[in-house]
Amino acid sequence: MSKFTFPESIRSRPVYGTLEPRAGAAHLLIADAHGAEAILDIATPDMMAKAHIIYIPKGEAFEDKLRALNPAQFYAGPTYGAAESRIHKALSDAKMGLQVYLSGTEGLMGQAQHAAMQAGIPHTAIQTEHRGSVARRMQCVHCKGITEDVEIDPFVCAHCGLNLFVRDHYSRRLAAYQGVCIDAEDPGNVPEAKGIYE
Amino acid sequence: MTIQFNDETFRDDYSFRNSEWAIKRFPFPFHEDSYMYSVNMEQHRGGPEGSVYEKRFDVDEHYVAEMRDRAMVLADDPLRCQSLPHMTLAGWDLLELIMVSKSEDYPDLFELYRDGNNWRWVNKPLGIDDSFVFLDETTLPYGPMEYITRQAQGDFCVLDQRDDNLWMDAGTVTTQADWSLDFDIGMNFFEWHAPVPLAHEKGIFVRALKFLLNIQQGAPARRLNWTMTVNPLLDTSPENYHKWGIQKTTITPENIGAKQHLRVELQTFFRLPRSNALVFPIRCYLCNFQDLMTVPKWGRRLHRVIRDLPEELATYKGFIDNRPMMLDYLSKFDDGQPTSDGIWPDLDSEPPLKA
Repeated sequence: MSKFTFPESIRSRPVYGTLEPRAGAAHLLIADAHGAEAILDIATPDMMAKAHIIYIPKGEAFEDKLRALNPAQFYAGPTYGAAESRIHKALSDAKMGLQVYLSGTEGLMGQAQHAAMQAGIPHTAIQTEHRGSVARRMQCVHCKGITEDVEIDPFVCAHCGLNLFVRDHYSRRLAAYQGVCIDAEDPGNVPEAKGIYE
Repeated sequence: MTIQFNDETFRDDYSFRNSEWAIKRFPFPFHEDSYMYSVNMEQHRGGPEGSVYEKRFDVDEHYVAEMRDRAMVLADDPLRCQSLPHMTLAGWDLLELIMVSKSEDYPDLFELYRDGNNWRWVNKPLGIDDSFVFLDETTLPYGPMEYITRQAQGDFCVLDQRDDNLWMDAGTVTTQADWSLDFDIGMNFFEWHAPVPLAHEKGIFVRALKFLLNIQQGAPARRLNWTMTVNPLLDTSPENYHKWGIQKTTITPENIGAKQHLRVELQTFFRLPRSNALVFPIRCYLCNFQDLMTVPKWGRRLHRVIRDLPEELATYKGFIDNRPMMLDYLSKFDDGQPTSDGIWPDLDSEPPLKA
């Protein structure tokens, strides 16, 4: 799957790179959906001998290929929420020299990055690579509810039902972009939704 | 002078009013007939007697009512006051700075007695007389930052300094110009300013950060910023924007003089001694157009500034739709005469409006 080039944006918007294998005592690789391809691109037998892969397929068929890399530990789970306690355990058990690799959707990378930051790893030391869906994890600034996998702008908050526009302003702490009511000054006047990058 | 505190509201019936004293000392933010972003910093070492610059933390006739409004906002939304775990010491620094400053600058209103770490704080306008142990959180009803910022006008951002950057790691923010502490907490200087248009390209934030990183203890700095608010609403938060945004559409040619307010932020910056954090108080002053127009110089100047403001700024500041109506109103107070340099009203030297 070809990689999406995000347009230039404001300073709070995350920028993703390309994963590269780094020397490390251990490797924690967390990915969802097409993020598996980024792992397949960099995996070596040496790395895999010390690797823990946590994968959320989201309907994509990469699980067997990842398993075939023979990582020291492998987990595939249905959602990030289901994998979350395992991710926290892996991070809290981590020793100096752990390398963290995140790939896939922005929502997956943002949440896993936040978990790693909470464990004391600076966000600048975490590698990321975007693959697959360009959907966003959005926080409604009004009710504070998170809506996952938002592909259109504006969208309806899954919690309070307000019509929200999709900002580029991003919080690492919340692992979410900000959604703000679009028709506050003219209730009911909501432009037709289109893809975020259309 | 003894301050007469107003019994007034910043919501619902909006009974907020500025006395003649408050109008004359209003921090009019335009030193010339045009406006563009700049790093307009100066030392915060007092100012003309009676001006908002005179004291370290200005107290005015709105003090008691503003603190009542803050308590209501915090009751409705406790996330407006947050402090990341490493910021508690900075909170004590801030408590000390405000208590010392206010008791020295307003001895008739505030008293501070210190015997080692055993402190007694008396706040007469709010009827508070608390004894506590400095640096012992269990002896106060709130954390130190929340305790003291419930007793000080303006928002307070407490910024940690590390990695050659400033981090928004604590604050009490209930009178903000449409930004969310809950969303921005933990961000660095460039990130929380990310949505501001034009200023990044002009290098404003790089220079401002360089200046702020070097602020020393005992040498605070200040600047003014401004925006527009319909009705004297302190809590123009994004959290409540779906409730207050509609008020912008209630402006008419008949009510604009009373309802449209120039909203000015007196921003100050103090280095804190123990934590090396920087506290960034953002004090909000509101004045409606008709009161501003009682100062002829301000009438002429406000018209010219609003007329010539770049469209991006009028959009960002949220008044692009109302600008034509503002200009219709303001143009009646601009007779084309020149204006004197600086922000002061210059009532004795500036000519009255020509008929």
